[in-house]
Amino acid sequence: MPLNPIPKTLFQKLWDRHVVVPETAESPAVLFIDLHLIHEVTSPQAFTVMEERGLKVRRPDLTFGTLDHSTPTLPADETGALPYATADAARQVEQLIANCATHGITLFGMDDPRRGIVHVIGPELGLTQPGKTIVCGDSHTSTHGAFGALAFGIGTTEVGHVLATQCVLQRRPKSIRVTFDGALQKGVTAKDMALAMIAKIGADGGQGCAIEFAGEAIRTLSMEGRMTLCNMSIEAGARVGIIAPDETTLTFLRGREFAPKGNAFDAASEDWLSLKTDDGARFDQEVFIDASDIRPMITFGVSPDAAAPVDGTTPDMTAEAEAYMKFKPGRAFAEETVDKVFIGSCTNSRLSDLRAAADIFRGRRVKSGVTALIVPGSEAIRRAAEAEGLHEVFLAAGAQWRLPGCSMCIAMNGDKGDPGELVVSTSNRNFIGRQGAGVRTVLASPATAAAAAIAGHIIDPRPMLEGSS
Amino acid sequence: MPEPINVITSRTITLPQENIDTDQIIPARFLTTTTRSGLGAAAFHDWRYQENGEAISNTPFREEDRASHKILVAGANFGCGSSREHAPWALLDFEFKVVISTKIADIFKGNALKNGLLPVEIDPDTHRYLIENPGMELIVDLANLSVSSPNGGVNANFVVEPFSRRCLLDGVDPMGHLLNQDAKIAAYEARRVTYS
Repeated sequence: MPLNPIPKTLFQKLWDRHVVVPETAESPAVLFIDLHLIHEVTSPQAFTVMEERGLKVRRPDLTFGTLDHSTPTLPADETGALPYATADAARQVEQLIANCATHGITLFGMDDPRRGIVHVIGPELGLTQPGKTIVCGDSHTSTHGAFGALAFGIGTTEVGHVLATQCVLQRRPKSIRVTFDGALQKGVTAKDMALAMIAKIGADGGQGCAIEFAGEAIRTLSMEGRMTLCNMSIEAGARVGIIAPDETTLTFLRGREFAPKGNAFDAASEDWLSLKTDDGARFDQEVFIDASDIRPMITFGVSPDAAAPVDGTTPDMTAEAEAYMKFKPGRAFAEETVDKVFIGSCTNSRLSDLRAAADIFRGRRVKSGVTALIVPGSEAIRRAAEAEGLHEVFLAAGAQWRLPGCSMCIAMNGDKGDPGELVVSTSNRNFIGRQGAGVRTVLASPATAAAAAIAGHIIDPRPMLEGSS
Repeated sequence: MPEPINVITSRTITLPQENIDTDQIIPARFLTTTTRSGLGAAAFHDWRYQENGEAISNTPFREEDRASHKILVAGANFGCGSSREHAPWALLDFEFKVVISTKIADIFKGNALKNGLLPVEIDPDTHRYLIENPGMELIVDLANLSVSSPNGGVNANFVVEPFSRRCLLDGVDPMGHLLNQDAKIAAYEARRVTYS
């Protein structure tokens, strides 16, 4: 009998495949990057450094750009001019267009039917694949880990490193496995799993770590749900969130524009299915969560770990959070009146998210005085939603149906709340001022957000789901 | 390339709050810039100015302290949230040189090191003492990895990733280090397995 090799985690396997120069005490590893995604906000200064140093982009073929953060979600006016929030926002977009043209990088520009939020279009186009290393100047790059890719956010200096060398300098992070045993209850989603996990381990509970998600509730989760969960890994401080590829992953990728075709897909599939943690592999930390215990969740404070079941009452929180949010400990969440609802972002703007929201909106009206903004994650999702008539459901309910972009998640394109408003949002961060100065953000799933728009206050969406077909 | 760092002697500004995220350090509406200069005006903007643009009077960031208070002491998980490198750019342009906390968020820490803003993670007891004594003078020594006070009341050690420390002490350029790996990168590219 041959000796069994040392069991490896999925993360280790992904890491080992990409080591160009191994890590030493003196120097981090040099890791090769298979896919570099860029957008208008975190790339301009990196291109400036390239120009100052006279460097060429090493692998424009592995680099793809999109426009999402600063772009308007309202259509062009009759002259064809897009309603940018500021001249600087428009200039930033122009700069990425020019930088991509100069360096021969494919850009999914404003008129491209493939454009959308960077973490939505990577998977949608089949650029995101198991086994790849993927980086982007954006912390929610962890989203792509849903496919069994090693994906993490980088700063602008590192964007420059990848442009010039297709490599990053990295120390191998510690590992955590979060196992979701059991099955989710009806009406409970990946967003609720994410918020329950962050509430359990804390906003710094995974600091700098690679989290692998495992267990029965992960295996039965759709790719969209897996993306939502991996997306939120960074809100627990983790660098990476990953899920081993399986048939669900293959089914999602087959036939996508940049996915391998024919025999190449079969060869890839065989390799991809080998990407899983070996029995007996050791993690630095193990966390177990009973998925059947999770109820629809919302946040009540100013950090994503301040999360609790929506059908309950506000727990104790820091004085700072209480002063800002104006939620009273002990008061039912259902007593909190809602001003705006945002359904969108790289966390929850995919077709299944829009369907979940439409199931709540169908045959109902947005409460008078509440503004509801529905922003699809990409042009492809917008077209698919419209083909199903979801936009008609939203419009009939009195909600707004917008063009794709990051929109109110980061509130830098003009879409934002007003001071003091309570916004129920399917995005990922409830930080002070995140959705506009003085805006109070409550994070929730698409169903919970849609239900809040109908009721005009925070509410458990499950009774409304019972009423839908 | 940041200036080499060795010893920084300065006074502290203290922010006891935990989880100070990058949206606090620089709100997203200031991210439409295409340069990295001049972001000090946006540093902690909403902690320094009201919505009508008037300065907040009881802010911890006093204009008269700027030249003398270059060490920021903050609660745990400082710099959490987005990967925006604008956060260390803004703090450096505001003249901060060091950030001290019990825990500093991963991406922010990496970004800070690459720009010459020294992230220092220290033990909870020393941290509590610093928070309780705002404005005290500290000596942060990168070569010896120590934080001390002239009167001896503070004496703590910290760890910095060795490569980043060498970059900061000796002015080693990480981009240059990567560019020097060209032959190894080319060899990796030649053996790399792809499927499309």
